[in-house]
Amino acid sequence: MISDLLYRLRSLFQRRSVESELQDELQFHLDNEIEKLLRAGVPPAEAARRARLAFGGRDQVKEECRDERGVNFIENLGRDVMFAARLLRMNPSFTAVALLSLALGIGANTAIFQLLDAVRLRDLPVKAPAELQEVVIGGDGPFGNFTSRYAHLSSAQWDQLQVMQQAYSSLGAWTARPFNLASGGETRPAEGILVSGHFFETLGVDTARGRILDASDDQKGCGAPVAVISQSFWQREFGGAPDAVGRSLRLDGHPVTVVGITSPSFFGVEVGRSYDVAVPLCAETLVKGPDSQLTIKRHNYWLSAIGRLRAGWSAERADAHLRTISKPLFTASSPPDATPDQAKRYQEMRLKAEPAGKGLSWLRVNYERALWLLLGSAGLVLLVACGNLANLLLARASARTHEVAVRMALGASRGRLVRQLLTESLLLALVGAGLGLLLASAVSQSLVSLLVTADDRVALGTSIDWRVLTFSMGVGLFTCLLFGLAPALWASRVEASAAFAGARRGTGSRGRSAFRSFLVSAQVALSLVLVAGAMLFGRSLYKLLGSDVGFRPEKVLVTSLDTRRLGFSEDRQKVLFVTLLDRLRATPGVIQAAHSTIIPMSGWESNTSIDLGGGKSIGTRFSPVSSGYFATLGTPILAGRDFGNEDSEKSQPVAIVNEAFAVKYFPGVDVVGQTFPSPFKAKQICRIVGLVKNTKYVKLQEDFTPITFFPSSQLFFTGNYARYVVRSQLPAAELTRAIRESVASVSPSIDIEFIQLDQELRESVARERLLAALAGGFGLLAGFLAAVGLYGVLSYSVATRRSEIGIRMALGADRRMVMRLVLREAGWLLLVGAVAGIIVTLAAGRAASSLLYGLQPNDPLTLVAAVSALGLVGLASSYLPARYAARLDPLTALRQE
Amino acid sequence: MNKDRVDLPQGTLDLLILKALGLEPLHGWAVSERLQQISSDALQVGQGSLYPALHRLERRGWIKAEWGITDNNRKAKYYHLTAAGRKQLKAEEEAWRKLAGVVGQVLDMG
Repeated sequence: MISDLLYRLRSLFQRRSVESELQDELQFHLDNEIEKLLRAGVPPAEAARRARLAFGGRDQVKEECRDERGVNFIENLGRDVMFAARLLRMNPSFTAVALLSLALGIGANTAIFQLLDAVRLRDLPVKAPAELQEVVIGGDGPFGNFTSRYAHLSSAQWDQLQVMQQAYSSLGAWTARPFNLASGGETRPAEGILVSGHFFETLGVDTARGRILDASDDQKGCGAPVAVISQSFWQREFGGAPDAVGRSLRLDGHPVTVVGITSPSFFGVEVGRSYDVAVPLCAETLVKGPDSQLTIKRHNYWLSAIGRLRAGWSAERADAHLRTISKPLFTASSPPDATPDQAKRYQEMRLKAEPAGKGLSWLRVNYERALWLLLGSAGLVLLVACGNLANLLLARASARTHEVAVRMALGASRGRLVRQLLTESLLLALVGAGLGLLLASAVSQSLVSLLVTADDRVALGTSIDWRVLTFSMGVGLFTCLLFGLAPALWASRVEASAAFAGARRGTGSRGRSAFRSFLVSAQVALSLVLVAGAMLFGRSLYKLLGSDVGFRPEKVLVTSLDTRRLGFSEDRQKVLFVTLLDRLRATPGVIQAAHSTIIPMSGWESNTSIDLGGGKSIGTRFSPVSSGYFATLGTPILAGRDFGNEDSEKSQPVAIVNEAFAVKYFPGVDVVGQTFPSPFKAKQICRIVGLVKNTKYVKLQEDFTPITFFPSSQLFFTGNYARYVVRSQLPAAELTRAIRESVASVSPSIDIEFIQLDQELRESVARERLLAALAGGFGLLAGFLAAVGLYGVLSYSVATRRSEIGIRMALGADRRMVMRLVLREAGWLLLVGAVAGIIVTLAAGRAASSLLYGLQPNDPLTLVAAVSALGLVGLASSYLPARYAARLDPLTALRQE
Repeated sequence: MNKDRVDLPQGTLDLLILKALGLEPLHGWAVSERLQQISSDALQVGQGSLYPALHRLERRGWIKAEWGITDNNRKAKYYHLTAAGRKQLKAEEEAWRKLAGVVGQVLDMG
């Protein structure tokens, strides 16, 4: 084995001496043979001839010897690469076109793959991520109040879970909570997480400095809490100061001491966000005061639990174990004031284990399908680009017929020629992939910024890891085979005798031009899929933005007030928020203002079930709002009245419902005046006093659902935050300045955030926007590439049919007939492509249906539009070759043959 | 030209070369002469095809080449068997005899 290797290496690196040895050896043989013949009395000239005959072709023997030495492969590869590079340098325009299409195609694929990699494929940078699981509630899911992004468990359930479970060797809980670092003036937000004592231990997170938080930090009523910060926050906030550990931070005005900095790669468990500060879960009491979800509101859902599987436990076993402890766990943790109906629902809830090794991500839930679809589209664009490259290479192969024939006549084998031609494609593909990779790293970050909205800061690392590298190089190799193999095989199908037939100018064989036509039709088909897709997503977005939301979002400013720094009790908060509303209404330029717990389209949602008694209950979304809410948003009140001053805490509970509610739960009767048991106040009857037009609640895509509005004077739900909707004709900058002044006159310690309601609306369709933009780009690119392909094939076809056209013209065909001849060919190619494209589009459409709004993937109008658009582009691109054919001078055309 | 010439079955050339070199180190031309002599010109060995075979055997480590001086004072490349080559020769010889015997028996049946 080793001797074999040494032998090959010597042959490779001492090539010159090995070659001359080979030459000497063979010469020695011939000399001896000639001598022998001379001794037998053969005349010298004859002896030399016979010796050569007996020996055979000396160069061939040498080549075979080189093959046997096993160096030919590597040597030839090197030579092929040099040769290919020289050829590519000699054809700069071809090379530029090829590299550009490849770089664009591979770059688009890689960029989208990078996103997918970041969102879906990458493991959390922690110890043995495959052992991590998140404990959630499956089945119909939990019901109640949800107060965080990953609100899967309540404190009561978390306490029970820690005691009852045996599946995990270590179990931690966390919740996201934004902090304000400033102690006065402008808000300085920080991404905070509250973590239980075993959270870091469960994940196996290393520290760069100091220590991690452990169980000793998370004790009930922890007085002076400690914090661990992320590497990036350390750089940003402390400028990477070495003495940061031990220093103090103010979170919502409370001082905490930094005790450690986590390792640079750790960003938390939420993919798409990067945490800044982690404090023990017990600190929640401190920052939330009497409102704590650890004590008073211990039935709010706000925690996410992550466990590390005990050694020897499989994921299935853990899941089964969780199911068996579900009933006792939920029985023990259900709220004492639950109605019998609710208690039954609690007991029916089931725990479930989900893999958490890749982290948690709303981004993944929202975007994964769209990203796979976009990756597929980018793949199609690359295929269309490959079609063009294959066509270019085929044309070049025809032009190189003579060269190939000469090489064959000189003894090159077909395999050897194919290998050399493929090397050229390989070189193109790899350089293209390299450029694509560079392009992708530039593009993927701007794609990430497309995902960012005011509500969601997205921090996604899209660095190039081995997966991305493998992907782009793999795509490169695949495309190389795709566009290089067929032309190489065709090119090597030349008879050696062609070298002497004077076939210097390429004569496309029938098979070859049929193949090129096939390629173009395939390109048209694939482009049609992409163009139709682009139109579908474009129209879908357009429909979404134009859809009836039930209110007028223009000129409505959402004002969010954060009063945490005041540290008021709930009772004082209630008074404060009413005062603030009065101030807002009195602000100059404000037409109308109202309080609203849930801002439509902001992504927040509250729902509840109303117990009708007798085991019957109805589900509804709800939102506590103040009087004037409907007038501010421009939602018409269809019947009854708005909330007013008469609806106080002491008066009878009232509600306003929307049409969907009325139709679903009170069909055929006048809903105003109907009553139902209040879901929030035991033993009280809630009376419906108004009916409003349907409005969208969470997203534009949704259908109208039953919504119940309660007066916020009767149902106080907001804690330390209050959100107001303000309608005004003032320019945004002027209005926000006026509002800041009004709020500051109440208290300077109230933090304010603004967002335009129509911006909120636009951002709720960020995914649709991304899809429409990228699909549109891909559609344009593919259409353009297909047009170029069609142009190329027709031009080539006209060039090879010059004499035929000349003869036709000489026989009396006029220019229009010649044009028709060419256009007919184009028409056929387009028709075949369009038919195939429609079939593929219909088949592929199903993948897109869940991402479309208001239209089906087989929408006939879209298909017709896509076919017409592509047809027009196709005919336009065939016009040039057709005109060229029509302008041929029959005499010149014939003379050249 | 001898009318009774036999084309070599695949792989036999290697065995013959090993056998020829088993007696003494030889250069390429001598191997060719030796094969013709031993087989009384009955074997059809293209002189040219000898060399790729020699290089192949060398790569496998069964023979080794050294430059030496011939009787009439010329530089020539001499091949000799290595230990591995000797083992290979023995193994191939046995395999061949066995095969020949069996094939012979089968042919004698009729």
